[in-house]
Amino acid sequence: MSGNVEGRKRATLVVAVVIVLGAFGYLLYGGLDKNVVFFLTPQELLAKGTQVEDVPVRLGGMVAPGSVKWDADKLDLRFVLMDGVKTVEVHSKGAPPQMFRDNMGVVCEGRFRNGIFESTNLMIKHSEEYRAPKPGQTPQEMYKEMFKTLKQDASS
Amino acid sequence: MTRLIGLNALMVALAVAAFGVVMAPIGVRRARADLVRATYSATYAMFALVTIATFAMIFALVTHDFSVGYVAQVGSRATPLFYTIISLWGALEGSILFWAWVLSLLSALVVFWNRDREGALIPYTTMTMLAVSVFFLILLVGPANPFTLIAPTPLDGPGPNPLLQNHILMGVHPPLLYLGYVGMTVPFAFAVGAMAAGEVGEDTWIKLSRRWTLGAWAFLTAAIIAGMWWSYEVLGWGGYWAWDPVENASFMPWLTSTAFLHSMMVQERRGMLKLWNLNLIVATFALTILGTFLTRSGVLSSVHAFGEGPIGMYFLGAIAVTLVASFALVAGNSEQLSSEGRLDSVASRETVILLNNLMLTAFTFTVLVGTLFPIIAEAARGVKVSVGEPFFNKMSLPLIASLLFLMGVGPALPWRRASKEVVRRQLLPPLIGAVIAAVAAIAVGAHQVYAVLTFAFAAFALVANVREYVTGVKARMTLRNESAVTALGRLVGANRRRYGGYIAHLGIIAMGVAIAASSTFRREYEATLRKGESMAAGGYSVKLLEVYGREEPQRSRIAASVAILEDGAEIGRLDPAMNFYPTSQQPIPTPAVRSRAWGDIYINLMAFQQDGSNATLKVIVEPLVPWIWFGGGIICLGAIVSMFPTRRRSAAWMGARVAPDGRGARPSPGAATPAGGMLASNTLEGAD
Repeated sequence: MSGNVEGRKRATLVVAVVIVLGAFGYLLYGGLDKNVVFFLTPQELLAKGTQVEDVPVRLGGMVAPGSVKWDADKLDLRFVLMDGVKTVEVHSKGAPPQMFRDNMGVVCEGRFRNGIFESTNLMIKHSEEYRAPKPGQTPQEMYKEMFKTLKQDASS
Repeated sequence: MTRLIGLNALMVALAVAAFGVVMAPIGVRRARADLVRATYSATYAMFALVTIATFAMIFALVTHDFSVGYVAQVGSRATPLFYTIISLWGALEGSILFWAWVLSLLSALVVFWNRDREGALIPYTTMTMLAVSVFFLILLVGPANPFTLIAPTPLDGPGPNPLLQNHILMGVHPPLLYLGYVGMTVPFAFAVGAMAAGEVGEDTWIKLSRRWTLGAWAFLTAAIIAGMWWSYEVLGWGGYWAWDPVENASFMPWLTSTAFLHSMMVQERRGMLKLWNLNLIVATFALTILGTFLTRSGVLSSVHAFGEGPIGMYFLGAIAVTLVASFALVAGNSEQLSSEGRLDSVASRETVILLNNLMLTAFTFTVLVGTLFPIIAEAARGVKVSVGEPFFNKMSLPLIASLLFLMGVGPALPWRRASKEVVRRQLLPPLIGAVIAAVAAIAVGAHQVYAVLTFAFAAFALVANVREYVTGVKARMTLRNESAVTALGRLVGANRRRYGGYIAHLGIIAMGVAIAASSTFRREYEATLRKGESMAAGGYSVKLLEVYGREEPQRSRIAASVAILEDGAEIGRLDPAMNFYPTSQQPIPTPAVRSRAWGDIYINLMAFQQDGSNATLKVIVEPLVPWIWFGGGIICLGAIVSMFPTRRRSAAWMGARVAPDGRGARPSPGAATPAGGMLASNTLEGAD
């Protein structure tokens, strides 16, 4: 084992490590570059124009009141998503998330094509806010009321 | 009253812990045993005080004392007792309190089991544990104080987050996670203690850390599995892993601690990787703090980030202090960290462990980049982006496949050097297994390269690991005339650490196969059914019987009663439902699952008609899913087997009295057989 052999071994090792790290970095960069999905509101989506045509994006907003058209037999869902400024029509195949209804915060994954957002995945933005009960209301009364309004919402 | 007891206990605990942090180094420097003793007493006192605070909080929750801030935030009179108690960790302040309690418990145990050990290692380890406790206690008396005063006292509270009280697993997942996270503080403290004491040249800290790391790792594993299971049972999309930042937060320290568990063997055996091991455990600890930062600061918005507060900066500060202090200590000890051994051959177990470490580190780095990228992009460029699942899958699948492969090669190769003959003999049977599995996978319809590779390498690792048992048992049977069962029991009993590791490997294989199978062969079916109508779903027929509603004390429930039929005969009924909680604007999906060893039928109620005339159902047929949970159990079993002391060395329990002479040169009286050659890799290299 002369020092020369040791040196050569070490050099080989360094080269190997550099190659591995380089390849890994390249993969990481390439993977990120292709798989970063922009999160946009309807206003931002429309402002970007052709830039976002047929590109995977996430679109977030509220379900416009009265816009939900759900064909249960064909599992076909259409609704309008709004952000207070602009609106975008969304089309989706498959059952909507549970109790999909007006004014609900939604995130749609999909692509914007010919003026319609074709959504492949609908996600509800769960509200994490706790609301203190109104004075004079027992919890039981609140559940009942909640239940009642939900029923009305769903049937509208 | 309860409030004041709790708050004062925390304040005194903070003072006591800070006292210990200051006294430990003074005691060591001036060789004052009384000051070191005082540090140890401070640790016990802190444990007692934080215990008082924790029980005060539980008492306040159970008695619905809404004058206590945290109770007013998460309590409600209608919540069942079980969920009231577990809401201790349902939001930020309570979970920090619980964290501090577990930390104080572990600190006290570390001190108790090692109090008579000579030298500076344990005092500095105690100092580190107390310093970490100081951080959490500062949070508890400051920005995350659970004992704030609410006046006037409300009559009732909103109850815990509905997503968290919808399933019993939420009583299991967080404590397991905290035990895992907090447990990682112990090996970190041993590492820092060793560096501060200038004892990193010896392996004492590694030996002391081993069981603690294994225990914490087992809890972390169980926590991750419980989290996956919870997500599967509650979130309603039929999946168990979504690369959600919060999942990643628990996965990253798991990856680095897994690497650590393997590389510490190389240090003990060969005196190599000392510097690497220190960095790994520092990284693991920093990642647990990062995980808490991600989940608790509200920096992400995901289902888990249910608590938001001003404590983000505290966590960032803690991470910065940890990294700066640790790396300064590492640099200060660099002279002692040179390797004693060197890599003799590429074909050796240490090479495989080295590769395993590289893969696990690369994996951690990938997950870290994917998790932090959206936060950095938002902070730097003001754009909201998400790194999609495709990124994580693309990056992780090759890594997972290679790790499975290495998991088969490692146990098959001996330490130091394997001859070509040994390599061939040891790797041929696993290779045959891999080929058979690949052909079988393609035959049943797996097309993706990585799915096939995963099945093949899982079979490879399975054959290799099982073979270690078979050769060991056979050797004992012929040489000692033992029956197969006795031989197996004694083999494992005499080499717990090693065979426990192989058991954990089997658990990983079960999980790997189950995950590959359930994602490759997953089938989804959706339809709107009228009462009495059926839909076909992967060889089964699913029939809607009725839609009904029910009022429960804390919630309302709407469910569909569904019959599952196979060849016209009913094989089971499920009631997928939606639960309506008063504090949630959305219903919480409550899918129903029929679970069998070969797979699950998963039904989710998506929509329904108000008059109950029809319901939209999503049916997901997923093979082998239960094996993910079983696999998790097997992994934990392996960790437990590994942790238990071997009888003849029981004095080494918790490292209380580890022989000072050190590493693998130790003779191995318990090794199964002296018959070289044939069993070279299996038995000759000793008990560990």
